[in-house]
Amino acid sequence: MSSAAVTTQSATPATNAGKSVLARLGNAFVGRLVIIIPYVWLLFFFLIPFVIVFKISLSQTAIAIPPYTPALDFSGGISGFLDQLKQLSLDNYTWLTQDALYFNAYVTSVIIAAISTVLTLLVGYPIAYGMARAPATIRPTLLMLVILPFWTSFLIRVYAWIGILKPEGLLNQLLLATGIIHQPLIILNTYTAIFIGIVYSYLPFMVLPLYSALEKMDYSLIEAAKDLGCPPISAFWKITFPLSLPGVIAGCLLVFIPAVGEFVIPDLLGGSQTLMIGKTLWNEFFANRDWPVSSAVAVILLLLLIVPIMLFQRAQARAQEMDR
Amino acid sequence: MNTTWSRFNITSIVLGFAFLYLPIVLLIVFSFNESKLVTVWGGFSTKWYVSLFHNQGLMDATWVTARVGLISATAATVLGTLAALALTRYTRFKGRVLFSGMVFAPLVMPEVITGLSLLLLFVAVGLDRGFLTVTLAHITLTMCFVAVVVQSRLITFDRSLEEAAMDLGATPVKTFFQITLPVIMPAIVSGWMLAFTLSLDDLVIASFTSGPGATTLPMKIYSQVRLGVTPEINAACTILIAVVAIGVIIASLANKRREVQRQLDEQAAQRG
Repeated sequence: MSSAAVTTQSATPATNAGKSVLARLGNAFVGRLVIIIPYVWLLFFFLIPFVIVFKISLSQTAIAIPPYTPALDFSGGISGFLDQLKQLSLDNYTWLTQDALYFNAYVTSVIIAAISTVLTLLVGYPIAYGMARAPATIRPTLLMLVILPFWTSFLIRVYAWIGILKPEGLLNQLLLATGIIHQPLIILNTYTAIFIGIVYSYLPFMVLPLYSALEKMDYSLIEAAKDLGCPPISAFWKITFPLSLPGVIAGCLLVFIPAVGEFVIPDLLGGSQTLMIGKTLWNEFFANRDWPVSSAVAVILLLLLIVPIMLFQRAQARAQEMDR
Repeated sequence: MNTTWSRFNITSIVLGFAFLYLPIVLLIVFSFNESKLVTVWGGFSTKWYVSLFHNQGLMDATWVTARVGLISATAATVLGTLAALALTRYTRFKGRVLFSGMVFAPLVMPEVITGLSLLLLFVAVGLDRGFLTVTLAHITLTMCFVAVVVQSRLITFDRSLEEAAMDLGATPVKTFFQITLPVIMPAIVSGWMLAFTLSLDDLVIASFTSGPGATTLPMKIYSQVRLGVTPEINAACTILIAVVAIGVIIASLANKRREVQRQLDEQAAQRG
């Protein structure tokens, strides 16, 4: 095969050279397109929208459609543009600092997300560890079983918990019937329900990175520690846990970041008494129709999450380098 | 090695999977409940499925969701595969850090932020909210998931195959379609399925970006859940779960068969 290709190539050097220059130009162009198409798409649909959010967070609320006064419209020329610059204001941000509701919502969201992340780690670690130590033949099946709920609708999985946690729900029925409790527990519409909802919904996100870190681990290290008289628990803290740290970090970020801005779980399981920023933003937008204030809420939420998001991106990039 | 799989490991796996699956199983069981109360068993019945099919609003929403899912998943697969190629094959180009940031950030970005920002973009460019805007929003979100899935396959791809093809005179484009694409096809298929189910599931971004006449199924389910839990919603959810589960099972079986076929081919090649 290869000798045939060489002979045809050498038979017509002139035409081939011309062709290859054209082909190379064409290929370079195609190579560019591979980058340019998704790049432009993401610039337009991901990055520019944030600029618009920022812009609108600086404009005034108006009773109109759309319900804000346009900030930065270039149709008025330079003088018009300068006029508009003067109209930009930080009013929406001042408003956010004046109402304790927003501050509390941010703080509560971060705390709830942090606690839920730790809980998810505590629940997910034994599962991931058990999977990594399972016989190699059943590991793919176990992996499939962890991923499968992820394919089921988030909304449905949260909804399923309403029927379980209600005062007359299945959990209380079970506990009352077995005589463990005599009064139904009030779980739905409390923070406890939010914790359960987040741990449940985000568990696969925690288990998968943990599993991939633990699976790569060399277990002869543990055997060596055991042979040298190290008790299992300290072997875990000295060897297993440090080696699984990349998985722990990736899993925690994958849970923490979206959980801070979570809307569906606090809305369906947390009821009206619980306060989280995703719900606040939603209500500001859909109930109050205050687009500038909801934009300001979004900008601050983004600023809060920018460091964890960058850490996540770096962790991803590093994992990629290691796989190469 | 079986001794390393201790009782503790088995217990934690069993409990973990019970936690993951019990709520879904209960939801499915109670969709066949005769009683209107979701939590009290009143006998087996399929009447909620029958009433589901007479619920015109729900059927319309299903149709909208299916179309949005098919179109957005297909477009997202093309864009996501391109993004994955750009990230793995071009290690150096201007703005690569920004690019990889834009691919990874949507994976963790709270949906309320993505939804709001996309809506404000559509308003700013004067696009009426509806079918098109939901589809565009879903393409943007899901292409990043496709990119990650395809990228993980591309990283482990044996590039000497491509080099061999090009040494034999194939152009890079031809090499891509004849060598690279068939090898990464399983990843592209699972990327497509992931994109489709994400689009099928999405409530928050759809609520922000859709308009009158483009109510998706999750939006419909959400508005009914707010009014109370009914067996009819359980039935709708069960059908959705069944569709996704069947799709995933078929895809994994097909994958397995292709894998077996490939191994047989390899053995045959070695013998021949």
